[in-house]
Amino acid sequence: MFLNLHPNSAPLLAFTIYLSFAGALVEALLPKSKPALARWLALIVAVSGLAVAVQGFAAGMGSNQAARVTIVDLPWVPSMGIHFLLAADGISRVLVLLTGLAAVAGVLFSWNIELRTNEFFAFFLALIGGVYGVFLSFDLFLLFVFYEIAIVPKYFLIAIWGSTRREYAAMKLVLYSFMGSAMVLVGLLAVYAASGSHSTSLDALAHADLPVSFQMWCFPLVFTGFAILAGMWPFHTWAPTGHVAAPTAASMLLAGVVMKLGAYGCLRVGIALFPRGLDPWGFSFIGIGSWRDLFAVLAVIGIVYGALAALAQTDFKFVIGYSSVSHMGFVLLGLMTLNRIGVTGAVLQMFSHGIIAGLLFAIVGRIVYDRTHTRQLAELETMHLAKRLPFAAWAFVIAGVASMGLPGFSGFVAELQVLVGAWMVNPWWVAAAGVGIVVAVAYTWRALQKAFFGDAPPSPHLHEHGQELAAITWPEVTGVVLLAGVSLFVGLYPEILLDAIEPAVKTLLAGGGQ
Amino acid sequence: MNYADLFRVTLPETVLELAAFVVLVMDLVFLRRAARKMRLAVAALVGAAGCGAALWALQLQGHGGLSLGASGEAVLLATGGFAQVAQSGILVLTALTLLLLIDAEFTRHAGEFVAVVLMAAAGGLLVAAAQDLLVIFVGLELLSLGLYILTAFAKNSAKSAEAALKYFLFGGMSAAFLLFGFSYFYGLSGSTNLWQIQRAIAASGPSPLFYVAWILVVAGLGFKVAAVPFHLWAPDTYEGAPTPAAAFIASVSKVASFALLITLSLNWLRPGGNFSGEEHLLEGIYRAWQPLAATLLFVAAASMLAGNLAALAQTSVRRLLAYSAISHAGYILLGIAVHPVYSGQGSAPAFLQSTIGPAIRSTDAVLFYVLTYGLTTIGAFGVVAVVERATGSDRLDAFLGLHRRNPVLAAVLLVLFLSLAGIPPLVGFWAKFNLFAAVLGASAGVVPFALVALAVVLSAVSLYYYLQVLKRAYVMPAIEETSGKIEKIKAHPLTLAVLVLIAAAVLLLGCFPALLEGWIEAFTPNL
Repeated sequence: MFLNLHPNSAPLLAFTIYLSFAGALVEALLPKSKPALARWLALIVAVSGLAVAVQGFAAGMGSNQAARVTIVDLPWVPSMGIHFLLAADGISRVLVLLTGLAAVAGVLFSWNIELRTNEFFAFFLALIGGVYGVFLSFDLFLLFVFYEIAIVPKYFLIAIWGSTRREYAAMKLVLYSFMGSAMVLVGLLAVYAASGSHSTSLDALAHADLPVSFQMWCFPLVFTGFAILAGMWPFHTWAPTGHVAAPTAASMLLAGVVMKLGAYGCLRVGIALFPRGLDPWGFSFIGIGSWRDLFAVLAVIGIVYGALAALAQTDFKFVIGYSSVSHMGFVLLGLMTLNRIGVTGAVLQMFSHGIIAGLLFAIVGRIVYDRTHTRQLAELETMHLAKRLPFAAWAFVIAGVASMGLPGFSGFVAELQVLVGAWMVNPWWVAAAGVGIVVAVAYTWRALQKAFFGDAPPSPHLHEHGQELAAITWPEVTGVVLLAGVSLFVGLYPEILLDAIEPAVKTLLAGGGQ
Repeated sequence: MNYADLFRVTLPETVLELAAFVVLVMDLVFLRRAARKMRLAVAALVGAAGCGAALWALQLQGHGGLSLGASGEAVLLATGGFAQVAQSGILVLTALTLLLLIDAEFTRHAGEFVAVVLMAAAGGLLVAAAQDLLVIFVGLELLSLGLYILTAFAKNSAKSAEAALKYFLFGGMSAAFLLFGFSYFYGLSGSTNLWQIQRAIAASGPSPLFYVAWILVVAGLGFKVAAVPFHLWAPDTYEGAPTPAAAFIASVSKVASFALLITLSLNWLRPGGNFSGEEHLLEGIYRAWQPLAATLLFVAAASMLAGNLAALAQTSVRRLLAYSAISHAGYILLGIAVHPVYSGQGSAPAFLQSTIGPAIRSTDAVLFYVLTYGLTTIGAFGVVAVVERATGSDRLDAFLGLHRRNPVLAAVLLVLFLSLAGIPPLVGFWAKFNLFAAVLGASAGVVPFALVALAVVLSAVSLYYYLQVLKRAYVMPAIEETSGKIEKIKAHPLTLAVLVLIAAAVLLLGCFPALLEGWIEAFTPNL
């Protein structure tokens, strides 16, 4: 198994994790007086991670797409059959690539962090390392360890460098995450005890033939535990407050990759280990006859609710925060279709939303807010930003169009696939989700109009108005170009990701790992 | 047990007592006119060296499983096995407590303090290995009397005196309960040896009096491990005692008491000797255990709930650590109380064979938990001591801006508190996971599962109060920061080195738990 490798390809992927943690450690030890050094070091680490991710992704292309390659397999705790088992299939590769992109963009958009710069990047890189780890772990225990490692840095990133009600938002986010992971841990312990396989590898557990009655109660437990982090309605309330309070880079990571951790866990652990947990209950209540129906309905509610809430916000960042809840609803809906096209769409939507949400938060939080010092749409309306910050306006037009799901951008392909997959199961879900898409156009348009193309008379109270806004800096341009370019490229040529995702999804739905 | 045997078995205790004597003599004879710092340093280092020597004496007993001598013999002290693991732990933790004592300022009587610590630790060694009611009681009293004295040691502090008085009154009461329970055991069986008591009770069938006796014993031991509802002394004692004394109570005394609980519970699950032809005895033993386990489970659940919920409201870090200790005692009790249930079907000896594996696993998990918890707590109190010396308070707000006032100390605090909360890759996470997995592996059923689920959810709750401390250390600015001047917190280099060492061990054992686990397993091949 270990030798089933594309020449010099996969082993490198493990270095995404090692590099990030090593980088975090070095950042923590750097002198506080050298912020520039901390920035460049973080950028170098993030770019190296991205380079490894790209290389790993490229090496996986070609003939052996479907194959899952083992990267590292070392016994970790022999008495309990726990292995340090890193591997990568198509889904992992795509999400590792996303993490690499989000990390680089995150560093670029935190270039202006002056307060405790080295500590900021230490927490940032520790979070990134945990995320890489989750996407590459094929041992349930190891996956859980990385999943929890990713929780604590979020707290400090938001609580120290955040804005609006940051301590409240940080604590809320962490307690929601930790409660979700407690549910997952209970499920993990139950699976370990029930399987009696003396192994925690995902393969072994998937083949453990767990009793249907066990799967029936363990599936919702684990799925909900992960879905809390994916922003499933009604457990989504941490997301908008957390996103808004977080510093730009942390919002980008939260919406871009951390919410994907939850969705990925739902797929890799929830669906793969407990396939029978989605079977019908044998009775139905208001049209809901299985956990699958229930979670699909919650996903659809999330889509519509998130979109409507976004339409009603007065704070620019809250608009994006609620739109994330709505877009993550598509991911969960796609997962609940349980067919190849829907689940593939869900994974592609994870990638696509990761890029687009990152871009939106970067524009709102860094490019606009750091210059205007307000996020209130009513105040931005008086600032005529389209004239004064044309770059920001155009970047937001592109990001907004991508977010609406217009053809040519990654979101279109992903949401289309999710909807096609959902149609095959239950057309009513699609009809309801369609409302969400229409409202998405409305709230994006409204935000765009108010924030950039407002024609309200300048307010006399805003003394900033007279002043020139700071010029756009090179890290901002680079970041925007990177993220928008990727979204456009994937929108025009989705096969590059689909070819990796689809075979992996097929294998996974056919029954666990290999 | 003849005297030569007894001397061999109690060699570590003897070494500790000798070390205590040496410390006293050196302090009183040679260092009378030396500065306080010097006296404290010498006493602490000599004491730590004494612990090292005792550890060496312990190694002389070999690396075997638990040895009780030939069955039927009235053995007083066990060697090897979990007893030796617990004893090694006690010695290491005592040495660390002494090393963290170096820049303490609460007393001028350095030699006495160190000597009392060593004697109490000798009591702990006895408790961990005792197999006889009288030895258990003598060991517990030796340990407890030492702890009362240590708590009262800060003679200038009214709080210290108050804490000691409360601790002493509670302790005296609970010792009375314990002794009363023991007297019933003796009355029912005519013996003070645990093994003989067990056989006698199995033969006659458990009487109601037996369960009364057990409740009394649980009350006595529940006091030692600070389990609800016998926990009321803990917050006050932790708050008022000099920090090294509090650290000692929170770690060493816990290890010894849990080792005793393992002795008592394992005696029911691993009846010594050969039962061929006496299957009815074995069955009787298992039937007698079920109600005993139920009382422990009740205490465990109550401790987890009350400890975690009360900790949420604390503003003093010492009290917070006390309530957190109560909740941790609840988790550990789960591992002791949850054992396979003999349903009456199938032969009792076959059941014994099938349950030995899971029972060993949960003993190992309990030991791992207690040892690593003790290590982490000593470190946590070490940090509290340094901060308290600089700010004069253990309020949450004393930790404000710690990351700028002493970055190393703040980093140690971060590691230790996250470990207590059970965040990977720190050892606290592994200890919890291991313990809960062992509990579920040993006993299937709704009640154990529900209790484990409760424990996991409550440990998620616990993150809140640990973060309250870390938030002040890392997030909120120090009060003076607004005026631009930051008052650094200085720590003795040796103190800082020991604290960093503890934090490093917490991280290392969390990443490679097999290191400590393999060591424990080597001692517990059988029961």
